Amino acid sequence: MTAAKSERLLNLLIMLLVSTRLVPKSRIREILYADASDEAFEKMFDRDKEELRSLGVPVEVGQIDAYFDDEPGYRVKPDEFALPEVDLTADEAAVVGLATRVWDHQRMARATTEAVRKLTAAGADIDLGALDIAQPRLPADEPAFDVFFEAILERSAVEFDYRRSGSDSTTRRRLQPWGVTRYSGRWYVVGHDLDRDAERVFRLSRVQGEAVKVGPPGAYAIPEGTDVSAVTRRLAPALSTEPVVLLVRTGAALPLRRAADRTEPGVPGPDGTEGWDRLTLLRASVGIADEVLGLSGAVVVESPERLRDEVVGRLRGVLAGEGPVGDR
Amino acid sequence: MTPAGSGAKDQVARLLTLVPYLHSRGSVRLAEAAEALGVTPEVLLRDLKVLFMCGLPGGYPDELIDVDLDALVDERGRAQGDAVVSVSNADYLARPLRLDAVEASAMIVALRALRAGAAPETAEIVDRVLAKLERAAAAGPTGAPGLAPGLVDATPEPTPASTRALERRLAEACRRGVQVEMDYYVPARDEVSHRTVDPRGMVHRDGHTYLDAWCHSAEAPRLFRLDRIASATVLDTPVTSEPAAPRDLADGIFARADDVTRVTLRLAPAARWVTEYYPVEDVRPVDDPAEPGSVDVDLLVADRRWLTKLLLRLAPHAAVVHPVAWGADLTAAAQETLGLYFGVGGVDSGRPIPTT
Repeated sequence: MTAAKSERLLNLLIMLLVSTRLVPKSRIREILYADASDEAFEKMFDRDKEELRSLGVPVEVGQIDAYFDDEPGYRVKPDEFALPEVDLTADEAAVVGLATRVWDHQRMARATTEAVRKLTAAGADIDLGALDIAQPRLPADEPAFDVFFEAILERSAVEFDYRRSGSDSTTRRRLQPWGVTRYSGRWYVVGHDLDRDAERVFRLSRVQGEAVKVGPPGAYAIPEGTDVSAVTRRLAPALSTEPVVLLVRTGAALPLRRAADRTEPGVPGPDGTEGWDRLTLLRASVGIADEVLGLSGAVVVESPERLRDEVVGRLRGVLAGEGPVGDR
Repeated sequence: MTPAGSGAKDQVARLLTLVPYLHSRGSVRLAEAAEALGVTPEVLLRDLKVLFMCGLPGGYPDELIDVDLDALVDERGRAQGDAVVSVSNADYLARPLRLDAVEASAMIVALRALRAGAAPETAEIVDRVLAKLERAAAAGPTGAPGLAPGLVDATPEPTPASTRALERRLAEACRRGVQVEMDYYVPARDEVSHRTVDPRGMVHRDGHTYLDAWCHSAEAPRLFRLDRIASATVLDTPVTSEPAAPRDLADGIFARADDVTRVTLRLAPAARWVTEYYPVEDVRPVDDPAEPGSVDVDLLVADRRWLTKLLLRLAPHAAVVHPVAWGADLTAAAQETLGLYFGVGGVDSGRPIPTT
């Protein structure tokens, strides 16, 4: 059954591919669907065309005769069907092989593997076992990733439920996605929010439930020159401009030591001993207070005053029961 | 590997790659062709048989695709991997189908990611490949908008050169099967520990690179995040533990330890991001108008000190609901740290005490 259908699909493709002009529907029926009733033919032919299209075959439809529009015709133009010549040198082929191992995401990894098979079929010799050490990995664990990625390629709007940071409830959003960007291990989508009528950024991990494409493909144009890396830069937390000076217990707080621009070892600490080092960070991230608090007991802020006050204030908040009630 | 779908559509997709593959190479061993296309020799044989009945419209025998299949099965009908296969009379299928939008973009994004971390001479090769693939994708039928260069930014955060050098040295140690001595930073204890390990391999997860190794101090397999290795020396002593393949991190790095405690935390909205960063067992909204937007979260915790550090990081937006005794760790740590700022008893040493 499968083999018979595969034969029919392939023969249909060949027929449309070798013809220099539109092939009349009646001729297609006569050659490939001779045994089918009218109704069965219509159904089968429609489905077969769609299956070829879903494989990426550009099936073109037109009127055979401009004056009598009673009979449609079909064809596949060879130069639209076939992969253009991609001549890869040996070192280029090796790089292509490496690219298949970058995506840590089933759908995208499969797409690169499929691309490499096509390039191989076109004559390239791609070594998939080439050894490379500094191999980047691109995970995309957010379930909504596939839908947004496809929607960007197709220019389809997407509808989804979104939960803002710190919020309890979700809201229904409609977005024309322009691009995706990865920052600090998370994927974000940028696009035109149809309800707010403005550019918006959404974190894919906060999309709740299933995101769905709505409306036809090609529904909008992405503004010329859109560059999502500008959005990525906006997402990056600003760095403090004042230097941060910390006292750190000897041997502790390796991450802060790595980030330090200056280290003065063996200085007297707040406990009166000399088992402390003074670190200076010329540009610290705005998350420095969280980091210092996480290393409580081993790190004390000397300056700036503002950071010292924040850390002290938050520790007092714990003792004063300012947070959630929890165990108190 | 692409699942060898049994449907006609999947089969046609495979044939549209198989025919040009054989066409461009003349004769190929069945096993080799199967491997290149990611299917078993049996599936490949079944696919080839379809071609017998395909060709130019008209149905004359000389218009059909010619497949040389004779020696492909043994007397019991099994596929013979060493047999050679070739296809002729199929010039119209000499080129594979063009890359679809997802295939082309997946490749282009992957190549750009490779480029970001590559040495200059490799970056130059990547640029050439990108130019060729972008040209091939752009020459497509009109109406396929595809992926303009600015629409995906997946540039991985740059790996410091020192970490890359470390990765090379550790990979070499894995290959040679020798031990590594290292100083490793343990965030839960905020201390550097000295240990000897038997390396098994490098694994990647969530943008981090880990060394999977048997740890002789822990007497168990452990993952070591490369950016937490303070220093490492590759020894000449061969590994002594049973060799094992590096583990598959597909299910995450948080392997469930046996000795864990189920902890319930109450998180104010400002601390809710925890549920997105750590594998939580359950999240429940708190039904109390005094704490709008708070949630109770169940977490499996292997190390009590790790939890205290997390709570301090979140201060004062998180508290322990259960087990009650663990909450005391947080207040004790907060008190102790305030003592470092103001001396025991919270008396300031000359600085104004900020009002809270």
